[in-house]
Amino acid sequence: MPSEPNPEINHVLEFPGGYTRSTGPVIGRFLTELRAGRIVGVRTAAGKVLVPPLEYDPATGEPTLTTPERTAPARDPVLSHDFVEVGPAGTVREWTWVGEPRKNHPLDRPFAWALIRLDAAHTSLVHAVDAGTVKAMRTGMRVWPRWRHDRVGSITDVECFVPEVTTIVANVRTEYTVTPGAALARYLDALTREVFLAGRCPTCDGVYVPYRLSCPQCGSVIEEELEVGPAGTVTTFAINNLPDPRAPQVPFVSAYILLDGADTPIIALLAEVPPERVTEGLRVRAVFEGGTVKWFAPEREA
Amino acid sequence: MRPVAVAAFAQTTHTDHDTGLAEAELILPVIRAVREQSGLTEFGFTCSGSCDYLAGAPFSFVSALDALGAWPPIQESHVEMDAAFALYEAWVRLQHGDVDSALVYGFGKSSMGDLREIMTLQLDPYYLAPLGLDQLSYAGLQGASVKSDTASIARRSWESAQTNPYALKLPEPVETAPITDGAAAIVLVAGDLLRDRTNLAYINGIAHRIDPHYPGMRDLARSASAAAAATAAGVGEGPVDVAELHVQFAHEETILAEALGLPGDTVINPSGGPLAANPVMATGLIRIGEAAARVMDGTAHRAVAHATSGPCLQHNLVAVLSRES
Repeated sequence: MPSEPNPEINHVLEFPGGYTRSTGPVIGRFLTELRAGRIVGVRTAAGKVLVPPLEYDPATGEPTLTTPERTAPARDPVLSHDFVEVGPAGTVREWTWVGEPRKNHPLDRPFAWALIRLDAAHTSLVHAVDAGTVKAMRTGMRVWPRWRHDRVGSITDVECFVPEVTTIVANVRTEYTVTPGAALARYLDALTREVFLAGRCPTCDGVYVPYRLSCPQCGSVIEEELEVGPAGTVTTFAINNLPDPRAPQVPFVSAYILLDGADTPIIALLAEVPPERVTEGLRVRAVFEGGTVKWFAPEREA
Repeated sequence: MRPVAVAAFAQTTHTDHDTGLAEAELILPVIRAVREQSGLTEFGFTCSGSCDYLAGAPFSFVSALDALGAWPPIQESHVEMDAAFALYEAWVRLQHGDVDSALVYGFGKSSMGDLREIMTLQLDPYYLAPLGLDQLSYAGLQGASVKSDTASIARRSWESAQTNPYALKLPEPVETAPITDGAAAIVLVAGDLLRDRTNLAYINGIAHRIDPHYPGMRDLARSASAAAAATAAGVGEGPVDVAELHVQFAHEETILAEALGLPGDTVINPSGGPLAANPVMATGLIRIGEAAARVMDGTAHRAVAHATSGPCLQHNLVAVLSRES
């Protein structure tokens, strides 16, 4: 063992500019087609389409090009028998999820490596699938290439594959100008004076709050106005654990409150009390703020 | 075939970190150990297995020769592969009949670089390497294709390693072979050198076969090349007491056990296997050494060793060892 301290040094192995490698006619054709935005395979003597193409049939060792000695242009009719356009879509045969991409990986966010059987191919292409989340990945899913805009003739001209389009997001947003209607306008106006305005049906004697112009039971015109509340009784309630724009903090309690003097309950927020302390029959009183009801709170003992 | 036997085997006490020893310093004690075990100081042939990319230095195996005493010049060769394949070359060399001994060794310090990305450099430069496909990723693709009780394989390997003084002391079972620094050496003998020795493990069969490189060109759930190598080595011609398999990912054991046709009662990786210590470039050679050690100490009558190279078990070597030639 060395007795002196053994200093650690950083050592970088790099070939500036990289190696220049010739592609040969088969790989070169594949990369040239890729640069043009197409994926091709090569057909073996047995009729199998190898993607990515190999210079030899792995089953027999025979050359895949029927005219290997020729340097044929891309559209040569003989070579076009050997090369077959495949995909561009394919089916995921196997996949494995990468939760933390490495710096050399094709994507800088979580993705899957997959063996992709492109349509019309008999072998599988290894490439990345940008599916967003692992939950979106499954064997048998359909994927399409995402092409780079500036292609150079490299396997990375396909940035990655992406899932087939099966859903869209339809956004809906329109704006309106609304009025509360004659009865509700009177009710809201009364609230600014911290008064709950109700109406009594002349036929069935029911007292309705908010104030309305006709009885929802018998249809009679309501003419008698009266004030109810502002205290009342909880008839039922719910503890909500999903935040609402009007009640951002959870849990919050929404309750049906039967105002004193009314025959129908109104729904309102209930606050200033822990949710587990809310019970049916709880006596509550409106808390006004800014010209409307902020919420109801338990009625304090006088 | 000319009978060839393992006469000595040694390995380092493997570590999960760089202990500060250079490669030649790592090899020195195992070379000394196999010289002592075999009683041989010179060898008719020497062959090593290592990978320049592990150290990031070209021809790093040449400086490792400092551990041997290579002057006056010796007959020497090297494979840029696991040393199990160097052992195959030595076995072939002994078939020539003009030399009777061979020294084989392998070494690697995975701690120096990023092994997962160094393994990207073995991939074809056109279709795979530009993607940055790393070792864990392509193993993950193969793992997805095979049904395997990886947790049980990991646990058994971990439990077996508790009695292996050379393995890492891992706190819990792992399904991926740990980053390891280490070395190993084996001495092969043939001809007259077989006569006076009783503690030998004969190589009754040895063969290696290879699959297409590109993972998408083959059925990853099976290993056709491992099966072909096993048939050529004669694995099925007798019972298999022990099998030491080059399993760097737990699911590979399931694929290999099927490909080699191992009987259900075969004890797999009693050393803990590579899931307990994976000194890359020596790991496969250690499988042959461990199998030979079981034969030599009598715990196995017939043992099988396996070594692999390339992505997703692309290239597989299988050897059958026993006490009789």
